[in-house]
Formats: sequence, structure tokens, C-alpha cells
Amino acid sequence: MHAEHGHAPEEYFRYLGWKNAIIILCCLGLGAVLIFSLGLGSARIPAVDVLASLFGAAPDQRTNAIVCGIRLPQALSAMVAGGGLAIAGAVMQAVLRNPLGSPFTLGIAHAAAFGAACSVMLGSGLTGSGRNAVTIINPYTTTAAALAASLAASAVIVAISRLRGTRPETMILAGVALGALCTAATMFLQFFASDVQLAAMVFWTFGDTARASWNELGIMAAVTLFCFLFFWANSWNYNAIDAGDETARGLGVRVERVRMGGMLLASLVTAVLIACLGIIGFVGLVIPHMFRRLIGADHRFLLPASLVGGALLLLLADTAARLVLMPHLVPVSVLTAFLGAPAFLWLIIRGQRP
Amino acid sequence: MMLRVQDLHFTYNSHPLLAGISFALERGQLLAILGPNGVGKTTLLKCINAIHKPTRGAVLVEERNILSLSATTIARDLAYVSQKNEASRLTVFDAVLMGRTPHIRWRMGTKDLNMTEAVLRSLGLATMGMRYVDSLSGGELQKVCIARALVQEPSLLLLDEPTSALDLKNQVEIMGLIRRVIDEHHIAAVMTMHDLNMALRHADQSIFLKNGVIHAAAAPDEVTPAMIEQVYGLPVRIHHLDGQPVVLPKT
Repeated sequence: MHAEHGHAPEEYFRYLGWKNAIIILCCLGLGAVLIFSLGLGSARIPAVDVLASLFGAAPDQRTNAIVCGIRLPQALSAMVAGGGLAIAGAVMQAVLRNPLGSPFTLGIAHAAAFGAACSVMLGSGLTGSGRNAVTIINPYTTTAAALAASLAASAVIVAISRLRGTRPETMILAGVALGALCTAATMFLQFFASDVQLAAMVFWTFGDTARASWNELGIMAAVTLFCFLFFWANSWNYNAIDAGDETARGLGVRVERVRMGGMLLASLVTAVLIACLGIIGFVGLVIPHMFRRLIGADHRFLLPASLVGGALLLLLADTAARLVLMPHLVPVSVLTAFLGAPAFLWLIIRGQRP
Repeated sequence: MMLRVQDLHFTYNSHPLLAGISFALERGQLLAILGPNGVGKTTLLKCINAIHKPTRGAVLVEERNILSLSATTIARDLAYVSQKNEASRLTVFDAVLMGRTPHIRWRMGTKDLNMTEAVLRSLGLATMGMRYVDSLSGGELQKVCIARALVQEPSLLLLDEPTSALDLKNQVEIMGLIRRVIDEHHIAAVMTMHDLNMALRHADQSIFLKNGVIHAAAAPDEVTPAMIEQVYGLPVRIHHLDGQPVVLPKT
């Protein structure tokens, strides 16, 4: 047991190096996809001009406007949202010790949709005709309402589990019940809504990365970064909880506190992202599972990998969404679900553990 | 004294489960907690580790009251091997390295890595360091959990039914391992157990719980059939085979 008698095997360092290599590879991939994504669309711009625009040396005003004014905020929104939702999912799966932990299973997304529907119903959702068929005229009220509703849902889940002891099942069950309640409440509103209001409500639920302004992008990025650092610092605690609550307690981990903190921040990041962009499904569920299979469940690596992987997936999906039916835009949430649902089914059929 | 439990009471949902447990343990000793299902063996173990807070009484580890210590300080001194261990997708090396959690502030250092390697080697697990824990057998997983407890550098090892899910060969191996660890590192260990023969064979001291109190405390050769019958409500005989006491139910 004396440290001087052992030295960690080369094999282990090679293994860590391999994990780091995968994360770096994903980062490089992300950079490359970003450049190409900025160049693709109705107006094609060569990668060289994209790079030049990014570094403030655009060949002309028009290129600069397209790259930095229109496509860059959308691409960055996609990256931030993908990364944020993926780490939120990874942490929910870890602290709840449940492979189904995600913003959806916990009803947070449904609550956001309900909040947005309320706001539309109460008048902020008057519509006009714009680039899309229906535009919400006062998006800030709707965003605030969605944020408030999803935070309230998270608070209720956390409060219920405090009341009944923070057992993971309690949180999942409370989330499922709350999600059903919010869905029913949204349907109730939709039933009494005018056809224009109904269109606005439904349209809001289509996650759209073009919705965020630079301000909102800044908020999303700051919240995501803060939560990521918090989660990352808790990596060993999440690893310990993975090994069982009692084992974690034996290692001095204050399981209830870690679980509560993880859930609160994962809910917060989810709520902010969904409120700004609308509902974007399956990234939070699928990405952590993919990387758990690829590089293992060690959260020191799983969290950064999920952050980068989620960003990459949503950027790809977003780019594809802009291109498949050009000049029409397909909501990115439709593409992530098309991608996510089969992956999810595969996970179920294949089983959680080999 | 390494461990001193004084007049420990524990009430669960206003139902008194433990009602005045007292015993003491020296370094180098292995104590077995015996008794029928639901009598509070695991609860007693968790009270010692402050996972449960006793309603009354005290647990002193090297004369320090366990309730006055922080969770991390406790984890540096007491290692708990749970009966239920989830196998996640971590390598064996990482799963054992996790035992250093109470000793680190931010990240694992060279000392932590080296100690993990040393413990793996001393338990004969060095070759499986890079395997994923979720591909291990029950016996291998139990060894990994004991290894994890050892890198915590505890002075007291708490084991909740360490052999209950294992086949005969693994039972013998794990018990031999626990004995060796106690002797080599000069630590103390408390384990709960259902297998009376295994307990009589390996423990230095056994306590029998019944109705929330210690019904009897005895060294292996002092255990009598009457004691066992009173605790488990089953008439038994104790035979000696090659100098080992063997408990057989009377049919």
C-alpha cells in the first residue's frame, strides 16, 4: 500500500491519451464543420472567405453580413445548445443513476412549452408574417415565460424529492408526472386558442437555432460554461455515485447534496437553452450514451467529450436542416429527433450493458 | 482502542432497531456481526460509518467521536464495502483509483496513481487493470471493491456481507484476502455475515444481535449451540472437524 512501491502502468496513460485524442479529434471536427457550415446555404461562400470574414478581413460587405451577421450566431447557438444539453443529460443520467435521465424525461421541456403557450395566450404572441409563416412579435416575454415555467418545474421536482428523500426514482417519477401535467395544460390552452395563437404555440416548440440574438447567445454560453466547470469539478463524485449510493457515501461523497446540486444546475442550463431556442430533443439523451460506449463512463472525460460531441452533433443537424429543403428551413429539432429516435431504439434493443 | 461503540441506539420510523449496543475492537482484529435477517446488522455497520446517525450513543474511532468529523475525514479513516455494488463502465484501475477521492482536492496525483497500482498488484489484480468493471464476475467485482477500500488507507474496514453473492472458491479467497489485509496493514475490520461457519472460521470475535441488543459476544471456540438456537430460533449442533467448529442444523 506504500506509494513508492508501485508506479502506474504505461498502459493506463496510453488509455488516458486515447481518450484525450478522441476529444481533441472532436474539437478539430467541430472547427472544420463550423467553417464549412458558415459557407453553406443559399449563398455559397468559399472556406477561405469564411475564414477571412471571421478574422475581420471579409472580401466584401455582403460576405461579412452573411457569415458574421446571419450564420455565425446561428452556428454558435447550435454549438452552445448542443454542448449544454449534452452535459445536462450526462449529469442527469449520472446523479439519477438512470439511463433515461434527460430534459425530456424530467418534464422540463414540456414545462417550457407550457410557459410559452401561456405567454402566447396572454397576448405577447401576436403574430405577423416574416421569414417564417408565423413570428412571435414579442419574443422576450415568451422566452421569459418559458424560462420561468421550466425553472418552476425543476423546483417542483427538487422540492418533491426533498420531501420524500432524494431517491433517484422519486425524481424521475415526479418529472414524468409533471411532464404529463404540463402537456395536458398546454393542450387545454391550445384547445381554446385562436388559429393564429395555436400556430404561434406550435411554432415555438420547434427548436430553432436562428432565434437567439447575440445577447441571448452570450447568456446561453455563460450559463453553459459555468455549469460545465461545476460539473467537471464534480467528476469523481459522479463516478462514485455511479458505483452506488452507499459506496459513494463510504467515500465521503455527500450524495444528496451532489445529486441536488447536479439536478439544479442541469435543470438551469436546460431551462435557459430551451427558453431561448425552443425544444431541441434527443441531444441530451443520446450524446452521453454514445460517448459512454466510446470512451467509458469516467466523467473526467465523459463531460468534456459530451460538451464537444453535443456541439458537433447539433451543428451538423443545424447545417443539414438549413440545406435539405433549401430554400426552406427544416426545424433542427425535427432532424435531431430523426437522428435521436433510432439511436434511442438501438440503445433499448441493444440493452444498457453488454 | 481502535473502535469503541458505546450504548448505540438507532430508531427507524419510530421503530427502535438498535437499543444499546456496546463493544470495542483492537487493531489486527476481525469482528463478525451475526444475527437473523432484519435484526439491524447493516444498520449497525452504517452507524459506525456515520452513514446513519445514531439516535443515541457514540462511536469512537481512536477516541474521536465519529459524529464530530466531516464526511471526508471519516472516509480517510473508515472504508465501507457495500453489499450492493453497481458495475459502471469504468476501468478497474479507475474504479480503484476512485478510493482516493477523500484524499484529493482537485485531481489525482502521481502518489494516488502509484498507490492504486501497488494495491492492485498486492491483491493480484494488476493484469485486469484495463478491463471495464461491467465485464467482471461477481468475485472479481468484490475484489475490486476491497481494493478500492484499501487505497482509502483506512484504519478500519467495514464490510457488509462480503461473501454473500460468491461461490465457494471466491468466498474462501475473499475471506483469506480480508485476513491478509488486516494482518499486513495492521488495521481492524468489522463485517456482517450470514454464514456462521465462515464467521467462526475467520473472525476473532463474533457478536450475535437479537431484538436490538447484543445477545452474546464470543470468540469462535466459545460459541455454543444454545447461543445460536436462542438467536436464530433453530436448534443446531456444533461439531469440530480438523479443529474447526462447524455448525449443523438439527433435523
